[in-house]
Amino acid sequence: MASPTPRLDLRGITKRFPGCLANDHVDLALLPGEIHALLGENGAGKSTLVKIIYGVQHADSGTLHWEGREVTISDPHAARRLGIGMVFQHFSLFDTLTVAENIALGIEDKATSLKDLSVRIRAVSERYGLALDPDRHVFDLSVGERQRVEIVRCLLQDPRLLIMDEPTSVLTPQEVGRLFETLRRLAAEGCTILYISHKLEEIRALCDRATVLRGGKVVATCDPRKETARSLAEMMIGTSLSTPERAAAAVTGAPRLEVRHLSTTTDVPFATELKDVSLEVRAGEILGIAGVAGNGQAELMAALSGETLIGDETAVLIEGRPVGHLGPRARRELGLAFVPEERLGRGAVPELSLSENALLSGYAREPLVRSGIVHFGRARSYAERIIDLFNVVTHGHKAEARSLSGGNLQKFIIGREILQRPKLLIVGQPTWGVDAGAAAAIHQALIDLARGGTAVLVISQDLDELFVLCDRISVLFHGRLSPSTPSHQTTVEQIGLLMGGLFGGSGEDEGEIGRVA
Amino acid sequence: MSEVVVFLGPVLAAMLTAATPLLFAALGELVVEKSGVLNLGVEGMMLAGAVIGFMVAASTGSSTLGFVAAAVAGLAMGALFGVLTLGLLANQVATGLALTLFGVGLSALVGQGWVGRPIQDVPELRIPGLTDLPVIGPALFGQDALVYLGLAMVPAVHWFLFSTRAGLVLRAVGENHAAAHALGYKVVRIRFLAVLFGGAMSGIAGAYLSLDYTPMWAENMTAGRGWIALALVVFSTWKPGRVLLGAWLFGGVTIAQLHVQGHGFAVPSQLLSMLPYLATILVLVAISRDVARIRLNAPACLGKVFHPDG
Repeated sequence: MASPTPRLDLRGITKRFPGCLANDHVDLALLPGEIHALLGENGAGKSTLVKIIYGVQHADSGTLHWEGREVTISDPHAARRLGIGMVFQHFSLFDTLTVAENIALGIEDKATSLKDLSVRIRAVSERYGLALDPDRHVFDLSVGERQRVEIVRCLLQDPRLLIMDEPTSVLTPQEVGRLFETLRRLAAEGCTILYISHKLEEIRALCDRATVLRGGKVVATCDPRKETARSLAEMMIGTSLSTPERAAAAVTGAPRLEVRHLSTTTDVPFATELKDVSLEVRAGEILGIAGVAGNGQAELMAALSGETLIGDETAVLIEGRPVGHLGPRARRELGLAFVPEERLGRGAVPELSLSENALLSGYAREPLVRSGIVHFGRARSYAERIIDLFNVVTHGHKAEARSLSGGNLQKFIIGREILQRPKLLIVGQPTWGVDAGAAAAIHQALIDLARGGTAVLVISQDLDELFVLCDRISVLFHGRLSPSTPSHQTTVEQIGLLMGGLFGGSGEDEGEIGRVA
Repeated sequence: MSEVVVFLGPVLAAMLTAATPLLFAALGELVVEKSGVLNLGVEGMMLAGAVIGFMVAASTGSSTLGFVAAAVAGLAMGALFGVLTLGLLANQVATGLALTLFGVGLSALVGQGWVGRPIQDVPELRIPGLTDLPVIGPALFGQDALVYLGLAMVPAVHWFLFSTRAGLVLRAVGENHAAAHALGYKVVRIRFLAVLFGGAMSGIAGAYLSLDYTPMWAENMTAGRGWIALALVVFSTWKPGRVLLGAWLFGGVTIAQLHVQGHGFAVPSQLLSMLPYLATILVLVAISRDVARIRLNAPACLGKVFHPDG
């Protein structure tokens, strides 16, 4: 059979940014009706390539051919007029606007009134089984529903090429299943799908072909169903991959962290209230907390780190001492270290150098400050020790935090906390948006830390990660925490059901349950 | 009883006129802030409008031309702010403060020879029948055109923001500029247009003071009204209807304290002059306690610098 005209054919796309070649003569042909994976580590040039296709950025050289015809895509409006739709990784949604308003902003048809649009939204969402209420505000929606808004926005324009950037990083396994059904159906109707993900198993389950980028170049094209997750990962990083090793836990330690009946109240929109959360982490073990974002993770993290103080001081205990009334610094002095989910802004100050960032949390337990005067020499050598021990790729301790790639900055931040020899480490999303090589290194570091006798609490949405790391797993849903289960006695599917709200006494949490089943 | 009624008419009329400059300035700034830009230069833009409007009206004898010139002057000041903050990515707070200082100095310099010169008052409109109604007639139906234009701007701005596609795009840019950019909206252009609108509205607000309210030119004659307008935008939680209520509150207290002073109560006049500002601040503080309302209506990108490639 003669190969059909590609829906979109990229030839020799090159894009240079100051200091790096993001795309280096990339050729990519996307056929009608195929689901095509785009793989690569952070910084391999995937986002740049996709932005060029969607008209957000422009190639320095190279051509784009849409259904055999050379085109220039000057901006996203032009891309949408051609029939290209895009679902962004960081959703391009507006929290305080309604679903219908959000969709109106993302389509080219400017004449339709919001009322007519709502009717069309209902029709499309019914047709594809993507339940959506056009009149609700986006801040009111779960993450899965937000993604539905993005998808419906694309579908309303009958796209012929749909780009999905990391679409499943925030979904429960059941939601992922439903998304895949929708995508397969779209592909069967002739729509081409360009699918970007770090999750190699998903790519093997979903995609017909895969193109691998490394350092801005296409290094391989393959059929992912004939590869293993490991071989795909090795194509991406270009060397062989070490798998984190985890010895069976021998937990005999005393409880380092206890949380007893912790409840919080909030009058802030977009926030979740914690309801009667209890947990315990012992020395030497790793407890994982799974859950879809927005179910109370941020609030739990803030309550444990000391960013929000608890009225009942005995609700949080570090080594038996009530600390609910203590702020972050006092808790750090007691042996708590924590790595927040947002690397830039919470975990590190983007504009400060690495040694200054090392100082910011390190001074509580390392001798970096004496009588209020900073000892810059020690801060520098502390930063250099972190860079050295955790293989942080950077041009030195003077580099600004924001100049590092996500994976390298995360290694630096986790290293900074680990080198303080904490008694208890709390980590939020340790490998979110981090490439496979750095993720493996971070996982190994956390496991080694726990085996050395530290209690570790990991809050993550990535179930594969939790199963690699944790001895026990609990699930956070609508501010409630499920009892923990040893990770070898449960499965991804069971945890996934809990993430959708299927545990005891959750009758008030309407809606979610019905949709999971 | 009849004394109270006689008293009420002029107070009502004076309140409406006192509220008008605030209404123009605050509605302009509301649109600017909804697009995600914080322009603290309202006071400076008002002064520029006041002095230029006065000069043009005094030289030509036409108050209409005066208002047009004032709008252009405010627009030019807004354009300066836009070029600095949106084009050159200067800090919005610092630039806005500088714009106010610049406006104070520039208007004083330009208006040197115009202090104390008389000017023809803007004629009041007369609506046969209605204007002659007792008590409320002159107050409600005997004002000049700008008072009615100011009132008409409230539903107009509301309609633009919440019922038109352009208004939706403007709110989207203020809510999440990165997402708006990713969807292909020209964030900088939209914000620049909003800033120009805000400048023109501030210019008109200033000219209302120098052509109509006082009517004369004096250095620094806005007397902090630009700042009150800025406060009103927050007080209103970015809703045009509440801007109107806030402007009436400020205008009402201003007039009430004048009347109290006029009746010779034994309260120091300085304390009474503080009252409108104090009342506005108190209401502001009370409103700001409602975190939820602020979070729902405040433009999330307010004052943040936007880099197209960031």
